[in-house]
Amino acid sequence: MTASTGKEKILTPEIEAFIEKWRGKPGNLIMVLHRVQEEFGYIPRDAMFEVAAALDIPVAKIYGVITFYHFFKLSKPGKNQIAVCMGTACYLKGGQELIDECERILGVGLNTVTEDGEFSVEAVRCIGCCGLAPVLTVNGEVFGDVGTRQIAKIINQFEGK
Amino acid sequence: MAKMTLEELRKLRETKKTEMARHNGETMRIIVGTGTCGIAAGAMETLDAFRDELESHGLEKNTAITQTSCMGLCFSEPTVEVAVPGMPNTIYGNVDGRAAHRIVKEHLIDKAVVADHVFEKPAADIIDGEDGAPRKQKRIVLRNCGVINPELIDEYIARDGYAALEKVVFEMSADDVIDELTKSGLRGRGGAGFPAGLKWGFTKDVDSDEKYIVCNADEGDPGAYMDRSTAEGDPHSVLEAMAIAGRTVGASQGYIYIRAEYPLAIDRLNNAIAQAHGHGLLGDNILGSDFGFDIELRLGAGAFVCGEETALLASIEGKRGMPIPRPPFPAVKGLWGKPTVINNVETWANIPMIIHKGSAWFSGIGTETTKGTKVFALTGKINNSGLIEVPMGTTLREIIYDIGGGIKDGKKFKAAQTGGPSGGVITEEFLDTPIDYESLQGIGSMMGSGGMIVMDEDDCMIDVTKFYLEFSVDESCGKCAPCRIGGRTCYNILDKISKGQGSLEDLEQLKVLAQAMRKASLCGLGQTAPNPIMSSMKYFEDEYLAHINDKKCPAGKCKDLLSYTIIEDQCVGCTACARVCPVHCISGEVKEAHVINQSQCIKCGQCFDKCKFDAILKG
Repeated sequence: MTASTGKEKILTPEIEAFIEKWRGKPGNLIMVLHRVQEEFGYIPRDAMFEVAAALDIPVAKIYGVITFYHFFKLSKPGKNQIAVCMGTACYLKGGQELIDECERILGVGLNTVTEDGEFSVEAVRCIGCCGLAPVLTVNGEVFGDVGTRQIAKIINQFEGK
Repeated sequence: MAKMTLEELRKLRETKKTEMARHNGETMRIIVGTGTCGIAAGAMETLDAFRDELESHGLEKNTAITQTSCMGLCFSEPTVEVAVPGMPNTIYGNVDGRAAHRIVKEHLIDKAVVADHVFEKPAADIIDGEDGAPRKQKRIVLRNCGVINPELIDEYIARDGYAALEKVVFEMSADDVIDELTKSGLRGRGGAGFPAGLKWGFTKDVDSDEKYIVCNADEGDPGAYMDRSTAEGDPHSVLEAMAIAGRTVGASQGYIYIRAEYPLAIDRLNNAIAQAHGHGLLGDNILGSDFGFDIELRLGAGAFVCGEETALLASIEGKRGMPIPRPPFPAVKGLWGKPTVINNVETWANIPMIIHKGSAWFSGIGTETTKGTKVFALTGKINNSGLIEVPMGTTLREIIYDIGGGIKDGKKFKAAQTGGPSGGVITEEFLDTPIDYESLQGIGSMMGSGGMIVMDEDDCMIDVTKFYLEFSVDESCGKCAPCRIGGRTCYNILDKISKGQGSLEDLEQLKVLAQAMRKASLCGLGQTAPNPIMSSMKYFEDEYLAHINDKKCPAGKCKDLLSYTIIEDQCVGCTACARVCPVHCISGEVKEAHVINQSQCIKCGQCFDKCKFDAILKG
C-alpha cells in the first residue's frame, strides 16, 4: 500500500519524527494512533493510509484497531467537546439527566456534531473525579457537582469561542 | 544528577532525611493537594491564593509551599495541609481563596486553628499522629500519597525509597525474594487475588532468553480511581517494585499499560522514569551492579476488556485487545510469547514495603486468608467520598459510617456495590462482614479492584443493574457468543422490566442466561458480567416483583413507571413549577392550581424539587 501519491501529506513533520522514534519498537501502532489523534482530534482517513505506509501495516488492520478502542475517533468532533462522565458515581447522581439536557439544548444526539460544528456531546467512562459527581468536562475543563439547570450556562460560556 | 552507586544512594537518603526532619521542625509549610480531583476543584487557584497571601504578609521567605498528590479526601477538595512548628499538623478542606486568606492570618500568624475548615474525620485518620490513638485507616500503598511531592525522586528516596531494590540487588537471591513474597501472603489486588509469590515463581522457573514485567494500570471499573491516585502520588513505588521483579525473575524490560484518560498520571510516571534513569536506578548497571532494567509506558485506548491480562498483552503488542483462553498463563507464555509477570498498580506498590520491612510485618496485618490492606474508592451517596486504605478484616460498617461519615442527606442505606460491573451488592444485614477475598465472595460480591459505590433508598436496583449490564455489553469484545449475545439479551430483559413490561418468565430466563454466561464465557468479563444480576435478584427480589407485578418502581427512578401530578388542594399557584419546567408542559393561572400535561412531561423532576408546598406527587 502506498501513501496517497500526488496529494499533499497530512501527517505533520512532528508526527513523522514521532513515527521514526517508534519505528523499531514492537507494538508501536497504538502509540502512533494516539499521536495522530492528539494532533487532529480524530484519525483522518488519509492519515490512516499514511500511517499504514510508514509502519508497513495493512490499512485493514489499522482500521480494526481504531474501531476496537473507544478512545479513537474516525470523524471530526465539535469545536467544543462536551464529555459527560458516566462512571457509576456520576450515573447515580444524575449523569444521564445531564446528557438528556445537553441533547435537548443542542438538538443533537450523542456522538454527533451540531450543524455549525460548534459542539459535540459524548458520554465517557469514569474520569476519576467521583468526589465531585456528577461531572462533565468541556474541552478538558472539569465542571463538578453539575445540575441540569447549569447546563445552558456552561454551553453559553463556550459558544462561539 | 549523575548515576549513583550504592554508597551514594545511601548517603543521599541520609542527607535528605536529615534535611527533611530539620525542615519539618523549623519552617512553616503549606502543602496543597494537586491530584486530578484537587485540580478540578480549584487547587491551582488555591496555590496562587496562598502565594499572594504570604507575600502580602511578608511571610514568603520563611514559609515553604509545596505540592503533593491526592490525600484521599475527595469530598473536601481542594485540601491543604498546614504545618507550623509547635502546633499539630492540620488538614484543611474546601480551601478557596477566602479560606487561604484566613489560614495565613489565623493559623500562621495568630497560631489558631481555623476550625470551620477542619474535617475531623477522616482527615485525622491519615495524619501521622504521635498520640498513639487507634486509626481506622492504615496506609501502606498510599504511604507517600499526599505526603511527598511525586515529581521529586529525592523525597521518595528520603522515605526509604529504593531501599528494597538495594536489598534485592545486593543482598538477596531470587529465591529469597520469592520466599519473602510468598510468606508475606500478598495476593493480587486486581480482583482475583492470586498469590503474588506463586506467580513470580512460575515466571522465574521458566527457561527463556527474554522475560517481561508488566504493570496493569488500565483501571476500567467505572467509579474507581485507586490506581490513578497511586500512580499520580507515588510513581516511584511502582517503578521500584517492577525493577525488583525484573531482578528476581530475570527480566530486563518492563511495560506500564495505562489508560490514556489519565494524563496527569502519565506525566508523573514519565517524569519518574526519567529521574530514576538520571539516578542510575533504571537503565544499565543499576547502582553499579550487573543488573539492568528499563520501563516504558504504553497507553490504553478505552477498552475495559484490556484489564483482562491476555487482552492487555495483546493491546501492548499493538493489536485489538481480545482475550485468549488460558492456560497457558502469561506467567509462562505472555507478552510476545515470553514469560511475563503482570500485576496491577496496587499490588506493585505494596512490594517495596514488604521487602523493606519484611514478610512478618506484612503478614501481621489483615485476616487469616488475606494479608495487608486494601485501598477503596468510596463514592456514591456517602458524606465523605474519597480514597481510603484499611487493613483487611475491617468491616463495611466501619468503612461506611466511621470513615465515610454515613449516608448523604440523612437518607437510608440501601446497598454497597464492590467489584463494579463484575461484582455484587452488599446489603444492610452483611455490613458487619470483615472484608477479605473469601468473605466477600461468600456473600455474593467480590473484592474487585477497589471501587465501592454506596447506594441509598432513592437508587433502584433494576436501574443500577441495567447500568452495569449496559457497560458490560458495550465493553464486550465480541469474540465469544455467551458474552456477546448473552449480555445483550440480559440487558434487553432488564430494560423491559424497567419499563414495566417484564414478566415472571423473564426472571427465570435471566437466571438461565446468567448461569450460561458464567460457565461458557471465554474471559473474566463475560464470566462475571452476570454477577450484578444474580446478586440483585437474590437480595432485592421484591423490587423486581414490584416492577413486574405492580408496574411500580419503589425507588422512583425508572422513568417509564413514574409520573408527576399536582395535588390540586395543595397547589397555591405560585407558578414556580411552570417556570422551571424545561419543556413548558405545566399550565395554570397565577394563584390557581396548575396541571401537568402528562403526554409532554419528560419526567425530569425539576418541578418536584422546586415546589415549596409539597403539592407535587411523585409515584
